Amino acid sequence: MNLVIVGLNHKTSPIEIREKLSFPAHSIGDPLKKLTNHYGLNEGVILSTCNRVEVLAITSELEKGTWQIKRFLSDYHSIPLEKLDEHLYVHQGEEAVKHLFRVAAGLDSMVLGEPQILGQVKDSYGYAVEHATAGIIVNKLYHKAFQVSKRVRTETKIGESAVSISFAAVELARKIFGELAGKTCMLVGAGEMAELAARHLQSNGVREIMVANRTYEKAVELVKCFCGTAIMFREFPHYLKNVDIVIASTASPNFIIKPDQIHEVMKERRHKPMFFIDISVPRNIDPLVNNIDNCYVYDVDDLQGVVVANLQERHKEAEDAERIILEEIEKFYRWIKSLDVVPTIIALRQECDSIRKAELARALPSLQNLTPKEQKVLEAMTAAIVNKILHHPVTHLKKEANKIEGDLYIDTIRKLFDLSIDEEAIRKAAQSSDD
Amino acid sequence: MSEIFFHITAAVYLLATIVYSTYLFIRKDKLLTGAQAVIITGFAFHTATIALRWIAAGRTPATSFHESLTFFSWITVALFLMLLVKYKQRVLGAFVAPFALLLVITASLLPGEIVPLAPVLESYWLPVHVILAFLGNAFFALAFFLGIMYVIQDKYLKSRKLKGLYFVLPSLETLDELNYKCLQYGFPLLTAAIITGAIWSEYAVGSYWEWKHRQVWSLITWFLYAALLHGRLTAGWRGRKAAILSGVAFITLIGSFIIINVISGGAHGLSN
Repeated sequence: MNLVIVGLNHKTSPIEIREKLSFPAHSIGDPLKKLTNHYGLNEGVILSTCNRVEVLAITSELEKGTWQIKRFLSDYHSIPLEKLDEHLYVHQGEEAVKHLFRVAAGLDSMVLGEPQILGQVKDSYGYAVEHATAGIIVNKLYHKAFQVSKRVRTETKIGESAVSISFAAVELARKIFGELAGKTCMLVGAGEMAELAARHLQSNGVREIMVANRTYEKAVELVKCFCGTAIMFREFPHYLKNVDIVIASTASPNFIIKPDQIHEVMKERRHKPMFFIDISVPRNIDPLVNNIDNCYVYDVDDLQGVVVANLQERHKEAEDAERIILEEIEKFYRWIKSLDVVPTIIALRQECDSIRKAELARALPSLQNLTPKEQKVLEAMTAAIVNKILHHPVTHLKKEANKIEGDLYIDTIRKLFDLSIDEEAIRKAAQSSDD
Repeated sequence: MSEIFFHITAAVYLLATIVYSTYLFIRKDKLLTGAQAVIITGFAFHTATIALRWIAAGRTPATSFHESLTFFSWITVALFLMLLVKYKQRVLGAFVAPFALLLVITASLLPGEIVPLAPVLESYWLPVHVILAFLGNAFFALAFFLGIMYVIQDKYLKSRKLKGLYFVLPSLETLDELNYKCLQYGFPLLTAAIITGAIWSEYAVGSYWEWKHRQVWSLITWFLYAALLHGRLTAGWRGRKAAILSGVAFITLIGSFIIINVISGGAHGLSN
């Protein structure tokens, strides 16, 4: 099996090239069909996202297949290959499997471990199935890739820490309050980012959302989509004692929440923790509020810092993910090799058995006066000889096939016994071992 | 035999401490699971040590300083494992393991022979008093560790520089609640221990209260914890402040425990 991936991504090419090479989803059938019909590739999948365009194909000859994919990309988008070639990367064989697994698990993404790419990989495979350019190898390969991605997600924490500002706010709230269920949030000012953070908080259990805005109508408008309460802007300080999370995003040039005021509020709420998120510039919340016990103030820069810290943590998790991928590649190759070894063993047995039967048929006429019982003994004896001779080669073949140089054994056996193995046999082996 | 198990216990707790510390540094979940398996193994040997000593001494093995330390660390680990089932605060083990190790090593430096108890003190009140007292202490120890965890996590959140332990420590609210819960369990146990101690004293020497070191110090500790609980209940003490105070109270408790044992030679000077 020869697997090739040719493509480019955000690391190897500027947006100007990527946009020219992209394949829109609605018309993906045409390029997929061209790829397999006109360029001599056995199976093909096209992945096209805003950060990458990749063509994966199964080919009978690696180098020729690679060249064909490059030509296809250049022809299809009418870009001269010389201009394109410097941006393209090529992965062949095991490297290609690894690349696909890494992409699906989000390890090759701009934001390490982001989950959207898996959906895009799934879609690309779906198109290939739909347009009948996915065969056994691609089927198995992609199912494996989805499995790997799932394993990476459950066994490592790569997707756990928040890497966007609004999610970082939710994560911090969780580190302060534990469960967010039953907590109350207040938006002071109704900016877009504040709204987004509030939405995330709500979907994580925050019970009540209040909105205070200088234009009361806007607060009322916003409250509709949260099922919250709108309050008059000048009255918001009176509500603070019941609020756990405050998100400030007004255009005020001065601090609108000050330490003295919060000191009082904290007394009233018996020092239950308060989390202040200040996404306004200039800031709305006096940073000195952070010095009050059980008060935590984060401004935009702090949240950005959290995102950076989380990304570093993701990089640490990525090491584990890479190890999982290597393990899964090995498993995948074991399967691939079993595709070759099972039909080889069957063919070897058939070949030897047909020799035995032919020789027996030739010998029997010259051995006259044999009783049926004696004939049976002869039959059993010759069968036993064949089985015993084949026992060791077959056991070794099964064992060696899982190793790196397994192909060598399979090829040798095929050559020595002059076995021919047809596609049909491989297909059968694939189906029977598909779990 | 008890001796051998005792040394194995110390060695296994050392290993647990090492694995837990490594976990805190590189934060791989597998290490935490491994450390947990190690501390459970250590606890099994620890249990065997105590059981064999109990049989050999024919009484609760918690009268000499050596025995008290061994017993205290055993009951602390036992309590941690119980809380683990209920609250799943696995990181707590990273504090329990070195604490247990410290107690066991200190115990190993002290004379470990079995000293017979004065016949007047032989009573059913001994196991009751001792188990109540050490169980109470174990709750206070866990409250102390939870307090330390709170202070660390609070520091990270206040500094707005998130790194290291921030990622493994539980939320502030969880830590605060558990700290409170431990105090709520520890305090009645301490109270009951003082009362049963007094009854036992009456039973053995004919007087409920003699203002001995042990009694004065346990009363001081009792007042500290009473004040802390009162503050939490009525004045809204919580978070960092409450965490620090539970630390102060626990250090007093440990201090008085050492003073009592060093001054009176054995636990409360009960031996001959």
